[in-house]
This record gives sequence, structure tokens and C-alpha cells, in this order.
Amino acid sequence: MKQLSTLAAALCCLCLFGLAAHAQEAFDENYYGRFRGQNIAINVFNWGEYISDGSDDSLDVNKAFEELTGITVNYATFATNEELYSKLKGGGSRYDIIIPSDYMVARMIDEGMLEQLDFSNIPSFENIDPQYRNPEYDPENLYSVPYTAGTVGIIYDTTRVQEPVDSWGILWDERYRGDILMFSNSRDAFGIAEKYLGFSLNSTDPAELSACADLLLSQKPLVQAYVMDEIFDKMISGEAAIAPYYAGDYLTMADTNGNLSFSIPKEGTNLFVDAICIPKGAQQKEAAELYINFMCEGQVAADNISYIGYTTPNSAAYQLLDPEIQQNPVSYPPAEVLENTEPFLALDQETGLLLDSLWTDVLTTDSSYNKWVMPVFVVVAVALSVSLTVARQLRKKRDQLK
Amino acid sequence: MKAKFASVPYLLWMVIFTIVPMLLILLFAFTSPEGGFTIANISAVGRYTDVIMKSIWLAAIATAICLLLSYPFAYIISRRSARRQQVSLMLIMLPMWMSFLLRTFAWMTLLEKTGLINRILGVFGIGPFEMINTPGAVVLGMVYNYLPFMILPLHSVMMKIEDSIIEAAQDLGASPMRVFFRVVLPLSFPGVSSGITMVFVPAVSTFIISRMLGGGSNLLIGDLIDMQFLGNAYNPHLGSAISLVLMVIILLCMSIMNQFDDDVDMEGAIL
Amino acid sequence: MNRHKGISRFYTGAVMAFLYLPIIVLIVFSFNKNKSRGAWTGFTFDWYVKLFSNEMILTAFMNTLLVALVSSIFATVIGTAAAIGINSMNRWMKKTIRTLTYIPIMSPEIIMGVSLMLLFVFLRTEMGLPLEMGLLTLILSHITFNIPYVIFNVLPKLRQMDKYAYDAALDLGCNPWQAFYKVVIPEIMPGITAGFLMAVTYSLDDFVISYFTAGPTSQTLPLAIWGQLRRRVSPEMNALSAIIFVIVLLILLAGNLSAIRRENRERRVVER
Repeated sequence: MKQLSTLAAALCCLCLFGLAAHAQEAFDENYYGRFRGQNIAINVFNWGEYISDGSDDSLDVNKAFEELTGITVNYATFATNEELYSKLKGGGSRYDIIIPSDYMVARMIDEGMLEQLDFSNIPSFENIDPQYRNPEYDPENLYSVPYTAGTVGIIYDTTRVQEPVDSWGILWDERYRGDILMFSNSRDAFGIAEKYLGFSLNSTDPAELSACADLLLSQKPLVQAYVMDEIFDKMISGEAAIAPYYAGDYLTMADTNGNLSFSIPKEGTNLFVDAICIPKGAQQKEAAELYINFMCEGQVAADNISYIGYTTPNSAAYQLLDPEIQQNPVSYPPAEVLENTEPFLALDQETGLLLDSLWTDVLTTDSSYNKWVMPVFVVVAVALSVSLTVARQLRKKRDQLK
Repeated sequence: MKAKFASVPYLLWMVIFTIVPMLLILLFAFTSPEGGFTIANISAVGRYTDVIMKSIWLAAIATAICLLLSYPFAYIISRRSARRQQVSLMLIMLPMWMSFLLRTFAWMTLLEKTGLINRILGVFGIGPFEMINTPGAVVLGMVYNYLPFMILPLHSVMMKIEDSIIEAAQDLGASPMRVFFRVVLPLSFPGVSSGITMVFVPAVSTFIISRMLGGGSNLLIGDLIDMQFLGNAYNPHLGSAISLVLMVIILLCMSIMNQFDDDVDMEGAIL
Repeated sequence: MNRHKGISRFYTGAVMAFLYLPIIVLIVFSFNKNKSRGAWTGFTFDWYVKLFSNEMILTAFMNTLLVALVSSIFATVIGTAAAIGINSMNRWMKKTIRTLTYIPIMSPEIIMGVSLMLLFVFLRTEMGLPLEMGLLTLILSHITFNIPYVIFNVLPKLRQMDKYAYDAALDLGCNPWQAFYKVVIPEIMPGITAGFLMAVTYSLDDFVISYFTAGPTSQTLPLAIWGQLRRRVSPEMNALSAIIFVIVLLILLAGNLSAIRRENRERRVVER
């Protein structure tokens, strides 16, 4: 065991050394060192596969932060904005850092679930590109610091999809039955249907929404599975051929499977921003702000974004990126693509509930089922109860004979 | 003797951690988010009749398959020598020491379109078959995970059936069929009924097997409950109402099982 | 008759194969060079080495052990006391409490998990108790579902015990505590041990209840696996479970072998 721990220590040193060699700017020891030795821990709740974690020789962001500040990072992941919301609202867990998307930030602000940030404690906020400051979801920029941005497009396997992909319609193409993956969260799934039908992503019209639900229901027989993070494995291994997903994750997948390609449909798409926030009830707010600041440091953000592949809202980080990444049209799409995008806004409560229940209906309705499950169940139940009674009668008779 | 009081800590514990939580579910199921009494949550569960029927249906199929597979198996084992019985039982329990999440995950590897089974079949030019993300895969997962829960109680009652009883029936001229239906089956009823409960209850309420092997479109009651509490559609009041319905289903199932046999020895079944 | 034997051998073998197929797959893939499952790209021991420098998995493993041991110890103490109490009650009380004790065993895990989660949130928000989801809530929940297993293991042993042994000890000059420790406890020890082991087993593998009652600081192994399942389970996980599996297998084999040896020895003694 001792040898093991020595080995572990050696590995840590290697990591540290790698980091020191990597970083061009020194971090402010006075600023970051103030919690050292106090045995403080922060709980970070992030999307799955959404941070540079040290695999494939990348920077391990959380470890670097721990080394720098002496603050322990407890890291956990969620799969969808709605799941994050549920876990905050009902789960009873305490988190210090969360990273919701734009519309969820707005909703959380609205419901008083976020803590106002102390920007004097986050000096590297100045790295954030002015076009990402004071966004629609947080107009006075009191609660959030943009983490990443990106678009949603279609990822497809060029060995199986030879035709050019330029429309959401391919997700409804009968020829790819069983090879299509679909979002398992309501907002993204409805977003695709809304764009395909030419509605706004923020439609509150029940008629439009139910038209979308019908469309999604008609897609169901073609869909192999409804997924979020599971998509990585399924697209990389060739289990599925077509899937709508976030642009940055396409780059991660393409690293392993060179046959994958990405396209943003002509009907337009969603442009999202994910932002770092501190939820109400956080017990280590100041330490959490240190974490936010660390994430916004140019070099850290650059290393992080190179790993996760999304668009960075951090101009200092952008400068430090490889030119190859800077010019990648997937992460940094040209203006004509951006023109045709729309952000998600927070929906009013009524529409939100409607969306949730329509989506649950889409996932749970199984038209091939209704016809025979009930009759069979009734028959089985009747047969069961009859045989039950008979068995009891027989036994009683036997007992009487005794 | 004042030994009775030794159970006071447990009784307190049970009240706080079992009874109060159940009452909380009741409370949530019958209140609205604003706090007033309502039965809207319960009636809203009606929308998910499809899911509920599907859960019962799949769990029932899985239970039936488990019973069919386990009955001969348990019988064969119970006729072996004591030592070999012990080894066989050990072999049945051993897989449970590997996390059931990982074991179910292994089934994903096996069943996928590009998975092991299809690849092996592909060598012989058969397939590929669509096996994962179907209700069949969910049933398979249930059978796989809960088979030991059927075998163990069956074995524990069959172990007690003495060879001499069977031989006596044979000597008295009963045909093998008759021996089975009039001697072995009735004597093993307690095991059958507790086995059915022990398989059906976890199967009908699972949300992991359906999510891993069902591809997100074969949702069961468990998934619905998880969705309302920690998933994509936060509504603990509806979630509690669905939980309540699930409990009612299970109570019904257990009362049917009790019909089968008046003196089910649960202890024997569990241990 | 021989044909029958052949069929029954084949049948039990087939069921066993079904039970062990996924386990073989898991163990085989813990030696696979490729990180992603499915494709076999070569044999390696790397994952077994990397496992011991994977902090996340090691922490989760320690948490799992901690929760299992602490909760089983508490459950054993509370459960044994409860069993002694229940045993001395009258018929009606006994029956009621036994029925209530079945609730945690017979109700679906998801309902136990959800209801405990509601309880902890309720205690924190309405009663102001500092109960954050974490190790504490996890241990409390595990104790709750472990106690019944202890009770149902100890009760039969109490019933088998000679009722007068305790009184005899008193008559022979023991005080009640001595009588309890020297007579009752040794008598029911096999039940207590069995209950404890069962509690540990259930606690180690529990996922559903932990899923609802754990917090960000108390990842157990099953929860860590669940977190990875969404994308891909790292082969280190396979390696760890393969190690655990082999250890358990060895313990059971050793137990069986020593039992056989003891039996043989006893037989020899008897024969002499």
C-alpha cells in the first residue's frame, strides 16, 4: 500500500509539473491561497463530459484547482437542465457550483434559486467577451458567468449516410429506421420539432406544441433510443448512424471516430450559452467564486475548451487556442449560420408544465401496445383468479376428507 | 422480564424512518404544490395507464419465465447431496457480488446491434437482430437479475420434501405426472408464492433495467417516479401519487399471493 | 435414469451459463486494451494498475465500505435488541411488529428511497435539522433497510433457545447482565453474525436507495458506476469488480474446503 501511495504521489508531482510547464501566466498566490489549510470543500455539479479531466494528457482542471488553492472539489454530473432543476429543488443536496443553460438560468433567477455573484471576487470576468455579457437570460449580469456556447446540429456517420444532410427532416427518414438517436430532454427534443415545423423555439401556443408532440410521436418508431451522454458511446462504436447533439461534443466524438460528420440544418437551430452560477444555500460562496475565477483564467479556459470542444465566450482563452481550433466552423460557425439561430428563453410555468407532460406522453405512449395488452391482462387475471379459487376448493375438500 | 423495552429503539427508528416517510408520500400525493388538499394528482396518474399496464405486463412475463426456469432447477438441486446443494446455492448467490449495474451493462454489450451476440451470429451470416431497446430486452434484464430470488425460496421448500414421500406416492401407484401434481407441487406452494412476490415486486418497480436495456422509450412506473423526483419533470406531488398507485398494485399482488397459501413463511423465503 | 441425469445436468449447466455469461464478459473486458467496450484490441493489465491511482474510484470504494460497515454495525445492535424485545412480547404484539418489519423488505426499493428522501428534505426544511444529503443520510437509510434482515436472522435463534437457560444462569449466581452476555448472546451469536453479514452484503450492492439519499460528497461505488454508465464505464470499474468477485469466490471456496475437511475429520473420528 505504501508503494502505491508513493506511486500516486509521484503521479501527482508529474501532473503538477506538467501544469507548471503548461501555464504561461503565474496564478495570484495571495488570491488563490487564502483558503489553504482550512480544509474547505466545494461541491461542483456539472454536465457529463463537460470538463477537461486529465484523460488523454489534457489538463485536469479540478485537480489543478485543488493543488492551487487547497480547496477540495467534490465533482458530480447531471444529464439535463431539468434533472439539475429537480435535484436542486427536491434532492436536498447542497451544491456550490452549478452550470445550467441560458433558459434554466433565467428560470432559476425567476424562482430565486441563485445567489448573486460578487464580481469583485471574480477579476478574470474581464476575459469574457463583451458580446456575452449582460445576456438576455441575466440582463444585469448579476448571477452568472458564461462558461461555453454552442449550437445544436446533426451528427451522422458518413459510411451509412451518403446523401448531404441539410434538414432536420432526415431524423424522420424511414430509411434510417432504428439508426436514429434522439434527445431525451424535452426542451431540445421539442426545439428540433419546432424548427422543423417553422415555429419559434419559445412558442407558448398549445396548438403549436401539440403539433410538435405529434411530430415527435410519429418519429418514435424510427428512434433507436432516447439519450443524452449515452450518445458518445453509441455514435463512436457505430451503434447508431444519425443523432442531433451539441456541436462541441461532435468534435470529441470525431476524435475517436473519423467517419462522423456534422451539419447544421437549413431550418435553423438553437444557439445556447451554458453559464456558471452559485445556487442559493451554497455554503462556500467565496471559495466557489474562486473556482469560477479559475475557470475564467485564460490558460485554464483555453485548455478546458480545447478538450470539450465547445465555443468559448472567453476572449483571452480564444487568443491562446490553436489556430486550427480558432478557425473550426463547428465551434466558431460563420455569421450566416449564426444569423439563423435562436436562443431558448425561460417559458412561463404553464407552458413548462405542458411541455413536460407532452414529452412524458411522447416517451410513454406506445401505440403498438394498447391493442392487445389489456385483453391479455384481463384474460390472465381471470384465469388466475379462477385457478386460485379452484385450488383452494380442492384443498378444502382434501382437508375435509382428512 | 423487562426485555420488551429492548425493542424501543427499533420501534422509534421504525416510526421515524419507515412510517413517517410513508405518511409523507401520502401527504404529498393528496396535496397540491400550494398546500391544499386535492385528488388531482391521483387522477392525473390515469394518464399513465399505458405505462402502468406495461410495467405489470412485463414484470408478470418476467416472473412467469423466472418461475418456469427456476422450478426444475430448484428441484434438480434439491435432490442432490447436502454438500453439492450447498455448492450449487453458492454458485447462484455468487453473481450477486458483482454490482448489478455492471452486470446489466454487460448485457448491453452483448445485445447491441454491434454487440457480441450479433457479431458472433454475423460470422455465420445471420442477423443482425434488433435486441436491445426492446421490451424483450427489458424482460431479459429482469429475468437475469431476479432469477436467484426465485430459485432460493423454491429450493428452501423443496429441500424439505423428503424422497421417501415421493417414493411412497410412487409405490402407491401414482404416475410421475400424478406425483408431481398431487405431491411435489402442493408441497412447494409456499416457495412458489414467496418467489413470485420476491421477483414481481422489484421487477414491477425497476427503473434501471428499463432505462439501460429499454433505450429510453420503454419507460416503466419506476422511471415515471424517478422522473418526477430527480429527473426531467419535477413534480413530487405527482411522483408521490404514482408511488401510491405502485404500492396499491403491490398490495394487490401480495393479497393474491396470500390467497394461494394461508401460511406463507416469509422468514423461510427471505433467509 | 442415466438419460434423466444427463438432461438435468445439461439444464442446470445452461441456467448457470446464463447467470455467468455477463460476468465472464465483464472480466474478459477488464483485460481489453480498448477503452470503449465492444471491440477487442489486445490484452493488457493496465486497468488493474490504473485502478489504484484513480482517486474517484478509490474514494467511492472507501465510502461504500464505510457506509456498509457503520450501517451494519448499528443495524446489528438495534436489530438484536429489537429481536430480544419482540421475542418476549405477547402473541398479538409480536405479530403486529413482525408485519410492520416486513414493510421495508417487501416494499419496492424505489418507494423506500423516495420516501426517505422526502423525510430528509422535510426534516431539513420544515424542522431545521442540519441534514444535508451526504454520508449521514446515506448511513441512516442503510440502517433502516438493514435492521429487518438482522431481526429476521436473530428471532429464530431466540425461539430455538432454551427458555430456562437464562433463568438457570440467574439461579447459579449470575446477575442479569452476566446471564445475558454469558448465556443469551453466545446462544444467538450465529443469528447475529448471519444478520450482520447479510446487512453488509445488501448495503454494499445497494443502488436505488442510495441514489435517492446520497449527496455530492458521498458517492458510493454503485453510484459512481451509475454516473459512468451514461457515457461509458471505464475498464477500471470492471477491474475492481473482477477483483472483488475473485476475492469473494476465494473466501467462499476456502470456507467450503475447510467445511469439507472438518467433515472428513469428524467422520474419521466417528469411524474410529
